Amino acid sequence: MKNFIKFLQPVLFFAAALISTTSHAALEIEISGGSAQQIPIAIVPFANSAPPNQEKIGDIIAADLRRSGLFRVLETAGVASHPSEVGQIKYAEWSVLQAQAITVGNVTALPGNRLKVTFGLADVLKQNQLVSMEYNIAPNQLRLTAHKIADVIYQKLTGEGPIFASRIAYINKTKGRFSLQVADADGVNPQTVVSSSEPIISPAWSPDGSKIAYVSFEKKKPIIFVQSLTTGQRLTLANFKGNNSAPAWSPDGTKLAIVLSHSANSQLYTINADGTGLKQVTKSGAIDTEPTWSPDGKWIYFTSDRGGNPQIYKVSAVGGEAQRVTFQGEHNLSPHFSPDGKSIATVRRDGGKYSIALQDLSSGQVQILSDGGQDESPSFAPNGRVILYATRAGGRGALAAVSSDGRVKQRLSESGGDIREPSWGPLLN
Amino acid sequence: MNKSILNKKLLGSLLLAMALSACKSTPMVEKPAAVEEKSPVAAPAPTPAAPAAEPIADTSSVKEPVVSGNPLTDPNNILSKRSIYFDFDKDTVKEEFRPLIEAHAKYLAEHANAKVVLQGNADERGTREYNLSLGQRRSVAVKKSLNLLSAQDKQIETVSYGEEKATPNCKDEACYQLNRRVDIVYDGE
Repeated sequence: MKNFIKFLQPVLFFAAALISTTSHAALEIEISGGSAQQIPIAIVPFANSAPPNQEKIGDIIAADLRRSGLFRVLETAGVASHPSEVGQIKYAEWSVLQAQAITVGNVTALPGNRLKVTFGLADVLKQNQLVSMEYNIAPNQLRLTAHKIADVIYQKLTGEGPIFASRIAYINKTKGRFSLQVADADGVNPQTVVSSSEPIISPAWSPDGSKIAYVSFEKKKPIIFVQSLTTGQRLTLANFKGNNSAPAWSPDGTKLAIVLSHSANSQLYTINADGTGLKQVTKSGAIDTEPTWSPDGKWIYFTSDRGGNPQIYKVSAVGGEAQRVTFQGEHNLSPHFSPDGKSIATVRRDGGKYSIALQDLSSGQVQILSDGGQDESPSFAPNGRVILYATRAGGRGALAAVSSDGRVKQRLSESGGDIREPSWGPLLN
Repeated sequence: MNKSILNKKLLGSLLLAMALSACKSTPMVEKPAAVEEKSPVAAPAPTPAAPAAEPIADTSSVKEPVVSGNPLTDPNNILSKRSIYFDFDKDTVKEEFRPLIEAHAKYLAEHANAKVVLQGNADERGTREYNLSLGQRRSVAVKKSLNLLSAQDKQIETVSYGEEKATPNCKDEACYQLNRRVDIVYDGE
């Protein structure tokens, strides 16, 4: 099975579109990408003996897999039997559908308001079980469990790391109010972390996903705050004279790289996550901003116009001489590291248009991933396979995502809202 | 899989894509030279400044308060002009704004208690963080000009709003260039 998928991947798509919606979805996700080359999978509705009104776990799994652009989810309604365990699967019925893989599952009530979720994944051609899992959860963990099951299927059949059991943060400007929101990676369950009548920009997830750093203008100037997502407690990380902005967590979560202007130009600093231990990293007469750490924590990559136009440079995290990293494009801004540390996504300006570009750091090769216009704010999914970014459509900000090979594209929009500054968080436990 | 839904959605995406590419044909080319001519505060107010200039020079005229009031808000006084405009990705204070900056520097030098905040701004093109830094650099450039003309450091604070206060969805350079500015805001205003 895995070999078959590996063979398929290079010949993927560019065609269909799908919409994933649920009654409480705030973000609507539209996908382009996909063809007959996708992995055909049957997701049998989970048997459910638990109390009613629960979300359909199979639908959530199906939407996740579709959204990846790597799967074709087959219609199962016309099939005579609906097994809930691998042992019950009548493989002949599913090979007629040309399913390569099939998932079955079961949700049952446990004492003490708990649920037991079991699921199995089988190879229809070889007629054997690939994996089975069992989860003992609280009812409010059902969606997360569905995303985890989708991750297990995705990992088993594509060989890529997990992606679905994660969250995204973004700024939603609605009716003149700015809200920092966090939603599941499929756009569902948006929660407001903080809101203000003044702008909020640059949300950044702590590596463990428990906190978000951001820049708020609520005191009529940019100040960096760090807010806990579990307790809601918030710390003023940096409120120095001038601007305080562009927070970026070190990979170990102990420090942040930040940008301060004092009374002159923006320069890079590092500061401990509790607001102590401020250290200056760059000293230039230019704009130095938008820091991001290499995954090994040794380097800080950043935007600087020291060469005349904004381009990406790197400097040791403890300071020193900076070296230029980008050489193509009129401008390069806003660097973000892929999780494997092998490439950076940037916002690249060509002919006055801004698109998302991906630069391989060892070869220097650059691939333009988005159509261009006003695309900005790229951030990688936890497995590095997808880049989320901000774009504009119909005069409003919207989110978009592109696979790191440029083949699958998605647009996420919210009716009435102006969405910007997305940031993809780490995997949830 | 429902093919007709699929096709409808695909059509929707194509229409959207076409609409977007139509938008993209909007010229985004900068024409700084041509634009400077149209600069909204291109020159000091043409109105003779003589009557309004009196209260500025005569700071001790407490006995005869001028009805026209505060020189900072008198539309006939250059001090009521508060915005300095910039070229794309530049922080050079252009010569045409020298009279405006000289007037504010003089006012600050003569009113030691007066304080200003210089609010830097940028147009919406480029990233928010870079534009925040660019707005800051513009406010610093104006501060340096004021400093050279005897305004004191302690009277001036520089901040930036980046592109956050910019008019959104600009279609042309005339719109963009209004957003690339530093506003002079006096304490208490």
